[in-house]
Amino acid sequence: MTPFSYLRAQSLQDAIAALAAEPGSRVIAGGTNLVDLMKYDVEAPRRLVDITRLPLHGVIPTDAGGLRIGALTPNSDLAYHPQAARDYPLLASAILAGASAQLRNAATTGGNLLQRTRCPYFYDVATACNKRAPGSGCSARTGINRNAAILGASEACVATHPSDMCVALAALEAIVHVEGPNGARALPIADLHRLPGDAPERDVTLDRGEIITAVELPSPRFGRHHSYLKLRDRLSYAFALVSVAAALEIAGGRVVTARLALGGVAHKPWRIREAEALLEGAAPSRAAFAEAADRLLQGAVGLGGNDFKIPLARRAIIRALTQAADGAPQSQSRKVIN
Amino acid sequence: MNDVLAYVGRPQPRVDGPLKVTGRARYAAEVAVEGMAYGAVASSAIARGRIRSLHLAAAKAAPGVIAVLSHERDPGLPDEDDPYLKDMGAVPGSPFRPFCDDRIHFSGQPIALVIADSHEHARDAAALITADYDAETPQVDLMAAKAAAYVPPEPRSGIPPPPPPRGDAQAAFAAAPVRLQEDYRVAAEHHNPMETMATTVVWEGDGRLAIHTKTQGVNNPKTYVCAVFGLDPDAVRVISPFVGGAFGMALRPHYDLLLATLAALTLKRSVRLTLTRQQMYTMGWRPDTLHTVALSASEDGRLTSIRHAAVQATSRYEDYQEPTVNWSGLLYACPNVTLSYELAKLDTSTPSDMRAPGAALGLYALEAAMDELASRLKIDPLELRLRNYAERDFNEDKPFSSKELKACYRQGAERFGWDRRRPEPRSMRDGSELVGLGMATGCWEAMMQPHAARATLDAEGRLEVACGTADIGTGAYTILSQIAAEALGLPIERVTAKLGDTTLPKAPVEGGSWGAASAGSAVQAACAALKEKLLAQARGMNGAFANAAIAHARFTADGVALASDPAATVAYADLVRAAGGDGIAAETEFEPDEEFTKKYASYTHSAVFAEVRVDEELGVIRVARLVSAVAAGRILNPATARSQILGGAVMGLGMALHEETVWDATLGRIMNANLGEYHIPSHADAPDIEVIFVDEDDRANPLGVKGLGEIGIVGVAAAIANAVFHATGRRVRHLPITLDKLL
Ligand SMILES: Cc1cc2nc3c(=O)[nH]c(=O)nc-3n(C[C@H](O)[C@H](O)[C@H](O)COP(=O)(O)OP(=O)(O)OC[C@H]3O[C@@H](n4cnc5c(N)ncnc54)[C@H](O)[C@@H]3O)c2cc1C
Ligand code: SF4
Repeated sequence: MTPFSYLRAQSLQDAIAALAAEPGSRVIAGGTNLVDLMKYDVEAPRRLVDITRLPLHGVIPTDAGGLRIGALTPNSDLAYHPQAARDYPLLASAILAGASAQLRNAATTGGNLLQRTRCPYFYDVATACNKRAPGSGCSARTGINRNAAILGASEACVATHPSDMCVALAALEAIVHVEGPNGARALPIADLHRLPGDAPERDVTLDRGEIITAVELPSPRFGRHHSYLKLRDRLSYAFALVSVAAALEIAGGRVVTARLALGGVAHKPWRIREAEALLEGAAPSRAAFAEAADRLLQGAVGLGGNDFKIPLARRAIIRALTQAADGAPQSQSRKVIN
Repeated sequence: MNDVLAYVGRPQPRVDGPLKVTGRARYAAEVAVEGMAYGAVASSAIARGRIRSLHLAAAKAAPGVIAVLSHERDPGLPDEDDPYLKDMGAVPGSPFRPFCDDRIHFSGQPIALVIADSHEHARDAAALITADYDAETPQVDLMAAKAAAYVPPEPRSGIPPPPPPRGDAQAAFAAAPVRLQEDYRVAAEHHNPMETMATTVVWEGDGRLAIHTKTQGVNNPKTYVCAVFGLDPDAVRVISPFVGGAFGMALRPHYDLLLATLAALTLKRSVRLTLTRQQMYTMGWRPDTLHTVALSASEDGRLTSIRHAAVQATSRYEDYQEPTVNWSGLLYACPNVTLSYELAKLDTSTPSDMRAPGAALGLYALEAAMDELASRLKIDPLELRLRNYAERDFNEDKPFSSKELKACYRQGAERFGWDRRRPEPRSMRDGSELVGLGMATGCWEAMMQPHAARATLDAEGRLEVACGTADIGTGAYTILSQIAAEALGLPIERVTAKLGDTTLPKAPVEGGSWGAASAGSAVQAACAALKEKLLAQARGMNGAFANAAIAHARFTADGVALASDPAATVAYADLVRAAGGDGIAAETEFEPDEEFTKKYASYTHSAVFAEVRVDEELGVIRVARLVSAVAAGRILNPATARSQILGGAVMGLGMALHEETVWDATLGRIMNANLGEYHIPSHADAPDIEVIFVDEDDRANPLGVKGLGEIGIVGVAAAIANAVFHATGRRVRHLPITLDKLL
């Protein structure tokens, strides 16, 4: 760890100004990711701007019938928030599939969105990694890549985004509210995370000094037909090898709306609108689910260690869609996969 | 004998529990003294080569830094092997000597030590240290290295090489109607105890050192530092009363001890050095091992040959060895057996003993092969084992001191419901899950070592028993207190056990599951000697005792009484006062009975049964139930004994499904050196585990105890892997069985 200075921001404007003033500044919220990275000398901010005293807490109903989740809302508070749990069970389930109870208590909504990859080389400063040290090379491409991306990767970086929560947010088409030196703006979550391309050091599209203030959910539609299915190397407390957020609206025996997002397979939650469209209008069936899975996985390539993710993802998509269609979502505490 | 207070054999809560849960138990990294300095180690980025230059200037200039030590300015450590070989756990070869030269032997090797005025300053400065290397291509792939495998020229002390072949296994195999030959492999593992390695060296002036270090036996680090630094043994005390788990990794001294002592001697002040979690992966590991097992049998399931060949990883600089294949000559009655054991060198640190070293790996391979044989023969796996039951140790051609393995099989099978098992794989299911039932046998040697112990009674009738052994979390404090309390007829609250200090009566390292049998026998003997002393004292004080022999005396909470006349009692207070001192003490040495061990082979056994559930489509495996039936002689404390078996079972489950140290083959570097990515079973993975202790009467030591630290893990991985086969019809012969291997 390198010494740093610390500022406890008193207002949002304070924080934004502080971030803009000093290039080496970083926001700290729950600290469950950033502090680890600092201890590993992966991140060495010159200044930490603590935003935890800012009024960005709380889960509030919106006029549009949705929910506005303050960026500082702890992951567990959100998962157990009565209205969130009732109207957005897919989101609650995804959150509870992640990390451990202790981590979820400390982790915040904003921090979860911006947590960094779990690629092992990113964490080890003795190795080459374009995301950590641009231009140094990508060790994962030919090294340990069991958890690497099968979709949307680039020559420069094959890392995955590790969040569970974000996969559900992608399926639910959440809106991310940010505020920065140039004022406030809102962007669909699909536009928040980026693909690595030739600039893998940039995980997201935010500009310097921008702070996430809230995440907004549109009015609920998937209270009944949904499932978050996470597959990992042990039954709890491990990042996803593959995860699926599936949400359906079914009427008259036909799928009216479908939302499908994958975690653990790409640099961002992976969603393809056409794959969803293939389901819409059809009766839920294994064949339809398989077709959607194939479309969503189109272009998937393995690097050796992660080849298994391609068939695994296909099966997981079919299973999660089956669970969703049956109204039998995967439980995160009972470990049997139904 | 007294029958008033019986402690031995009853569940007794841990006597050290309250200290541990309230944080009052002080571990090596928690000892703080005035003026102490703090160390942090900078580690090598490469796995093999030489350091061309070290860049230390930034670290030296960093705030709070007192000194930076490295090989560059010779810190004065001896550069010949001899002193380092005084490590009681040394293996053949040339022990790792930090800071001796510019050579890099393994990734993460210490290249510099920063000493600063605070832990944070030391750590921050260590992060500023970089080096230029002349890197060479490392070899960390056992499959590739095995081409150069060799029979270790010098066996490791205390580890028997494979027994010579018996019969003609090759001919018997060729002639047999049923044959099987398969390769098995278990991934490399690390111990991952909760407590990281740490040493606090307290500089007491006049060259006197009090060294608090994490160790499984205080006498080893003491001998080691005295040899390496040329210190007077009378000036060095090593203290380690509490150990936060070790599983074998703290049998040998590690570089935290060496470097902290070096710093204290160089700076003439107290120094604390704690290693990081990542650095815990730069020392001692369960070696990656390749097994080939060939079995043959008659149609009715009698084994006609067993061959087991293992190639095991070791470091470039030492020949670590464990008895990996020997078990395959021991477990079953078979006339034709050939066992072989070879090593292959990797550019890693030296492996080390890890819970049931050798047996955990070797018996996985044998018991997985036995399951394959059973399925080929269409004989129930348990029945196959019974048909080949060994009533004798055929490796050494000796009878067993006791062997209740049949009772383990029977009681385990009954509790588990083995008779529910349908013989065909993939024949049992429950919803979307395939159900599999598997079993395996476990075995571990019941060893003993010489131990000394002292028992001291004070005027308040409080008893202290002392022994230089370690309690690494197994419950040694508790069982020794139970033995002592029962011997003297005292309530256990009046007994204190003292362990982990070189000023106490001598004991070797705590390993091999010999602690309970050896330290227990020593404490029992010390208490017996103390009773003789107390009685002798009573004889001089009360005429009624004049002719009393020990059999006539009763020891109670109040004092020594006559069995025939309880009214005749001499109070402990009076005895101690009359003896003229603070207390009456007796010290004895326990020596294992050589005659007995020459005549008999002594082993613990277990039968492990596992039920797994496998999602057919996704390959997700859940272990639903484990039953472990153990024969380990007399059980001193069913509560702590059960915990040992539970812990072993969970560790075995980790071996079967989760644990794997992952190296980058090009960099020779461990890429999952943290508890987030090195997966040990989580609570969700740990199933219902039932532990059965079967009655077993053993005479190898006066207590009838065999030891329990390791047997709990042996056989578990095989039972689970066999259950996965039964569920899915898929044989995965390379542990851990992660879901991708079932897709
Ligand atoms: C052992 C372990 C296991 C885990 N397992 C899982 C898992 O299975 N699934 C999963 O989804 N997650 C998992 N996590 C990750 C965990 O969810 C994240 O660490 C957490 O969500 C981060 O939130 P935080 O508030 O602590 O973020 P911090 O660590 O405080 O910050 C993370 C990043 O976000 C930035 N940041 C934070 N808040 C804001 C804001 N409002 N505006 C702008 N920037 C901001 C910070 O500058 C930093 O770059 C695991 C973590 C650990 C340590
Ligand atoms: S995949 Fe990305 S994060 Fe991983 S080593 Fe390559 S560049 Fe770094």
